[in-house]
Amino acid sequence: MSETLSYFRQDRLPHIWCPGCGHGTITGALVRAINRLGLDKNKIMLVSGIGCSSRAVGYLDFDTLHTAHGRALAFATGLKVARPDLKVIVMTGDGDCTAIGGNHFIHAARRNIDITTIVMNNNIYGMTSGQYSPMTPKGMLATTAPYGNSERDFDLAELAKAAGATYVARGTSFHVPMLIDLIEQALQHKGFAVVEALSQCPTYMGRKNKIGSAVDMLEWIKGRTVNAKAAAALPPDKVQGKLLIGELHKSSQPEYCDEYFKATAKVRRAWKNIDGGLRGCEQNSD
Amino acid sequence: MRTEFRLSGSGGQGLLLAGIVLAEAAILEGKNAVQTQSYGPEARGGASKAEVVVSEDDIDYPKAIDPDFLLALTAEAYRTYGKVMGRGLVIVDASVPQSPEVTARTVRVPILATAADELGKKVVANIVALGVLGRVSGVVDLPTLESAVKNRVPKGTEDLNLKALRRGWEIAAAAAS
Amino acid sequence: MPRTVKLMQGNEACTVGALAAGLEFYAGYPITPSTEIAELCAEELPKVGGSFIQMEDEIASAAAIIGASLTGKKSMTATSGPGFSLMQELLGYASLCEVPVVFVNVQRVGPSTGMPTSPAQGDVMQARWGTHGDHPVIVLSPGNVKECFELTVRAFNLSERYRVPAIVLMDEVIGHMREKVELPDASELVIESRPAPKSRVGYKPYAAETDGGVPLMAPFGEGYRWHVTGLFHDETGFPSNKPEVADRLMRRLAAKIDRNEPVIRDFVTESLDDCEVAVISFGSSAMSALSAVRKARAAGIKAGMLRLRTIWPFPDEAVRELSSRVKAIVVPEMNLGQVALEVERASRCNAKVARVSKVNGELFRPEEILAAIMEAAK
Repeated sequence: MSETLSYFRQDRLPHIWCPGCGHGTITGALVRAINRLGLDKNKIMLVSGIGCSSRAVGYLDFDTLHTAHGRALAFATGLKVARPDLKVIVMTGDGDCTAIGGNHFIHAARRNIDITTIVMNNNIYGMTSGQYSPMTPKGMLATTAPYGNSERDFDLAELAKAAGATYVARGTSFHVPMLIDLIEQALQHKGFAVVEALSQCPTYMGRKNKIGSAVDMLEWIKGRTVNAKAAAALPPDKVQGKLLIGELHKSSQPEYCDEYFKATAKVRRAWKNIDGGLRGCEQNSD
Repeated sequence: MRTEFRLSGSGGQGLLLAGIVLAEAAILEGKNAVQTQSYGPEARGGASKAEVVVSEDDIDYPKAIDPDFLLALTAEAYRTYGKVMGRGLVIVDASVPQSPEVTARTVRVPILATAADELGKKVVANIVALGVLGRVSGVVDLPTLESAVKNRVPKGTEDLNLKALRRGWEIAAAAAS
Repeated sequence: MPRTVKLMQGNEACTVGALAAGLEFYAGYPITPSTEIAELCAEELPKVGGSFIQMEDEIASAAAIIGASLTGKKSMTATSGPGFSLMQELLGYASLCEVPVVFVNVQRVGPSTGMPTSPAQGDVMQARWGTHGDHPVIVLSPGNVKECFELTVRAFNLSERYRVPAIVLMDEVIGHMREKVELPDASELVIESRPAPKSRVGYKPYAAETDGGVPLMAPFGEGYRWHVTGLFHDETGFPSNKPEVADRLMRRLAAKIDRNEPVIRDFVTESLDDCEVAVISFGSSAMSALSAVRKARAAGIKAGMLRLRTIWPFPDEAVRELSSRVKAIVVPEMNLGQVALEVERASRCNAKVARVSKVNGELFRPEEILAAIMEAAK
């Protein structure tokens, strides 16, 4: 326990999350994974966007960057390219990552830049009090979907995989040991690694949809998921409509920073003076 | 003394590069020079215009006000800019039909034909035109233009471009006589 | 000292200036008429040990340069109107979080897609007030190709010194124009870097004197383990909702620039001593204006010019002083009167202010400004 606590800025606690929120569990899982790997806390940069998820970084004792809504991965890309030797972790939410930040997400995945991204998915905008997100299941209620959500939701794991992420996993705040393992795997992976962590929001998602208490919501999450390894052996009706949890995709692909430094290696040299002989450029017009 | 050039034609003819080389040659001779351009969205085709102002003195306004020399390589450029020419000289490609709207002094020079037929490369028309402009204007010497061409054209094309420059310089003499 | 004399384009001079100032990271998205800056950075930055990345849009570009700057690397992006509009939220982030970054805006005609290949100066007010909330910012305006080099160097220096975003506000004419430029040797340049803490012990990232002090900035990745947030924060860097904390932060940020305006202020003058009609101009409009002023002098009119090299902070005092001794001030600009608004405010009705606007995508002809000078001299 004390080892885990040493990763927290204890003077910043207690946190602002509601009683029963799953985000603390997920933050705890990240810290436990970091602790298991024995990572140097001076060599980790933690980046978040805006929303309930984004508050996590303020409680953790690393160099931490609480950015603008949706932009965590874009800031993180700048950090990583500037300091490829450091570990960069992004903590984001379903709205932050897949709505306003959706474009940055697919491009970070496409580049396969070495960033570990934890998506705390509570299926709702919690910070602004319960509007539907691109991860709110169809038909569910939200303050901006009073008649039921008409939109389809993303399968984030499939999206990440299709966009080029080389490590993709899904865990939950119910299956904590598994979540710690998945984050540990993601942190060790070289390339763009995504762990979607299903989280419960009893205050808005639970209440609006009459799911019940935090414990009831954990049961609801458990009921929505099936272990990816077990799924193969199960009859189709047991898997139909369920979210697979576990490691969902892993491949070894060239990482962006490595490739950039490799491509530019032959021209890299020390800076001496203004190079007066820069070439002229052709005009372009868009 | 301020000398103003306007080089006009269509996008892709390389007039911008010709303007840059002309300005660079002027600088190599210790003069001041400013090169500007206006262009449309097309990388190839469409109207294109480059301007060069050369002066022994400080240049304040960077654009041509009353050009001393207009180079026109297309009929459209010839009509558009030719009809607003004042005291300056119009140098138009020989293939462009004459227009009654253009009343300024005009010389007709086979720039495009020299590039395409004689040198076998349409793309060097801009450098042929540069040779013509250099000789007709008298603002820069041939050796300086040669140096500037060597500085600015793509590696491996120097010989062809220098040949084009010298041919331009020669046909200018023929046109002026 | 060896000096480089060459025919150089404004965008190229800006890039060379950034490299001379110590640029190590560039993130950008292609947009006319600024793209040459990105292309040159892509080619040249690796040669000096730096990095270039083309991001998915301008918002990402602004985010990436702020991220890179937090690791201690001097960072820049370049864009034009539509992209600059997209960057505004993060410009405010850099301003509040006091992250030094340089934004180059090579202005084109707007609003919207406008006229991509034609010059304008319509982003003067956006550069100052484009992001939400009061915030400090420095805006420099080069008036020729050489100044694209000099003012880009200065933008980095001021940005680092005061920990503010600095904007180099160019325009299509200046960006694409080529002229003879004599560059100084690197040894002649003064290059500044951000004030840095000496020790990790008790580091408070936003501790500074309340009257416009600049806090010491530690790089990420060096064991300081500090927190940066776009929320209002106290001197520890952590969020605070306390009214007195918010008030102190906001006033300190503003005072950083206000208090130092006399040092930041930069303009050049032409024939102002006995002047009766003054022209206040900037950027490429000032090239036409200079020609007009000289023509007016030749015609016996006592005309002069004040050319702004810093637009923000606006040199109120200089304009007020000038307005107290001239008959009229002519303000030619390629917009419908943005700097003119400031001139009207600063001159406090001491002198008549004549707006001369050009918004058709073409540079002023000197005659147009000369006519306004003649009219004002009557």
